[in-house]
Amino acid sequence: MKPILEVKNMTMDFGGLRAIDNLDLFIDKGEIVALIGPNGAGKTTFFNCITGIYTPTSGDVFIDPDGDGKKERINNLKPNLVTRRGLARTFQNIRLFSSMTVLENVMIGCHAVTKAGILGAIFRGPSTKAEENLIVEKSYNILEKIGLAKYVNELAVNLPYGAQRRLEIARAMATEPFLLLLDEPAAGMNPQETLELDALIMKLRDNEGISILLIEHDMKLVMSLSERIYVVDYGKKIGEGTPEDIRSNPVVIKAYLGEEIEEDA
Amino acid sequence: MTVKNELIKSILASIWFMFLTFPIMVIKVNTVTDTVEWRWYNMAVVGIGSFFISMLWRYLIRKKEEGSKKEKKDTVGPVQRILQDKKYFLPGIGAALLFTIFFPHIFSMYQTNIMISALIYVMLGLGLNIVIGLAGLLDLGYVAFFAVGAYSYALLNLHYGVTFWIALPLGGLIAAFFGIILGYPVLRLRGDYLAIVTLGFGEIIRLVLENWNEFSFGPSGIANIPKPGFFGFELSLQATTTFTFYIIVLLVLFTIFVINRLQNSRIGRAWSALKDDEVACQAMGIDKAKTKLRAFALGATWAGMGGVVFAAKTTFINPASFTIWESVIILCTVVLGGMGSIAGVMCGALLLILLPEYLRDFGEFRMITFGTVLVLMMVFRPGGIIENVRNTYKFEKSSQS
Repeated sequence: MKPILEVKNMTMDFGGLRAIDNLDLFIDKGEIVALIGPNGAGKTTFFNCITGIYTPTSGDVFIDPDGDGKKERINNLKPNLVTRRGLARTFQNIRLFSSMTVLENVMIGCHAVTKAGILGAIFRGPSTKAEENLIVEKSYNILEKIGLAKYVNELAVNLPYGAQRRLEIARAMATEPFLLLLDEPAAGMNPQETLELDALIMKLRDNEGISILLIEHDMKLVMSLSERIYVVDYGKKIGEGTPEDIRSNPVVIKAYLGEEIEEDA
Repeated sequence: MTVKNELIKSILASIWFMFLTFPIMVIKVNTVTDTVEWRWYNMAVVGIGSFFISMLWRYLIRKKEEGSKKEKKDTVGPVQRILQDKKYFLPGIGAALLFTIFFPHIFSMYQTNIMISALIYVMLGLGLNIVIGLAGLLDLGYVAFFAVGAYSYALLNLHYGVTFWIALPLGGLIAAFFGIILGYPVLRLRGDYLAIVTLGFGEIIRLVLENWNEFSFGPSGIANIPKPGFFGFELSLQATTTFTFYIIVLLVLFTIFVINRLQNSRIGRAWSALKDDEVACQAMGIDKAKTKLRAFALGATWAGMGGVVFAAKTTFINPASFTIWESVIILCTVVLGGMGSIAGVMCGALLLILLPEYLRDFGEFRMITFGTVLVLMMVFRPGGIIENVRNTYKFEKSSQS
């Protein structure tokens, strides 16, 4: 089977700083893949490059939602168009629409897959009404799946921290993605919430058939969830493989823990 | 203890003011006799006056802070509650409608004319409210679209004899087109930078109108613009005024209807998402450029139509009617009334336009009063007269079958 996301030789320079250096990565359908690395390794930059917030200096990003070999290059697409192609993401620092309710946040996610225009909004014909009802119903169903249905009419900012993170996932789900990019979904969560998140991500993959690429620092979560792990440091890939491979990879351990200093050096 | 503190602060303030005003209020040089007059009496007035004003100010601030501590939970003010309660809302609207219908028959033509200008500003305020209140884009050159509308009618009529009723939608469309022209280059900007560029755009339009004599007849303007026609009948001046009044009332109602619909639609949601967080908004698949341009175009449309009515009402336009000052007034109506709130903006526009008209006797103090009121409003009611409570979608379990 062909990979659904393929990144080839991606490089991103900010002036003289090379944030991502010749990175290769692929994700197969239905996989959960983790991208780990020390702080400042370029993980979030990598996400931003894939989702169109930055345009990579060189390299290619291909997607192939059906896995049938028809690749599409998405390098220069605007973020909204990338989302419409089926790549949804969450943010490291929570970016919810704070003046809106939980339901409305998810309804915004439906924006990509609906199309009522100005005239539709003004005259509110039957098709617009039907679409609105559909959006509400769909949003509520997603909230139920993610386990946020009890907060439906609350303002998004009033939610507990863990729930806000899950709402970001719910919102991303509303865009009907085939690949979900999660940027530190467990950051700031307590152990109980992290366990729930683990179960949720598994459920999304198993029930919805969504592939997942996540950045995470919580090693327990990474090891239990992911099938493959990429390790980056200073923008370079320094390791790749199953959780077992990574755990025993000396280069990775060096990047994370540092090297022993020779006493006579 | 605290009272003592406040007293000391007020005394210090009054001393400071006495010192500041000393040269102009106390010393007076009599150039004829070459003597200096010391007017200590004035100093006492300044001192005592500023002491009491300072005390009052402190008292009000303190009361406000206590109030905000106490009722943080209850954010819905009394006005909103009345607006939401059908029991008060419907009779209120009915009374307002009756009053508007009979307004031109009860009051003189002068009053009706003032009301027409005020309603034009209501329309402008509501239009700008789309751009600022809903989409969160600070536009300081809004009057440019008003000018575009007015000149569209005046010029189309002059050259091609286009009547009011055709010019009305045309003016809206042309203004919307200009909205897109302005919107396109400023897509990347927001906040202060956007404000500066829009400010410049407003000035460009005015300067072009002022200097391009062949096109717009320069500062001398265009006269003899026909008033709105009524199926070809000749109407007396009184009747035309009444007719114009009804036209603008209908237009305002239409504006309210459309904005209300837009607010609670997919586009309205996209606007408020854009206002909250641009990056997240794009990540949700919303086209930032398209959404912003829609806001600019839809906002400008109302200004354009308002401009057509303005030109028809005054029958004479020149660039002096479209200065930056007008933009500021329209912005004030939105901010003072309550950003995003339709009722608030209407209230703000009526207040800001009608008050100065009826306060004409105050003459030179008009602007000072105006400034003071604005400052006080921002301190004590930062959300505006009628603060906007976003119409959130209430989900009910039963609606799901």
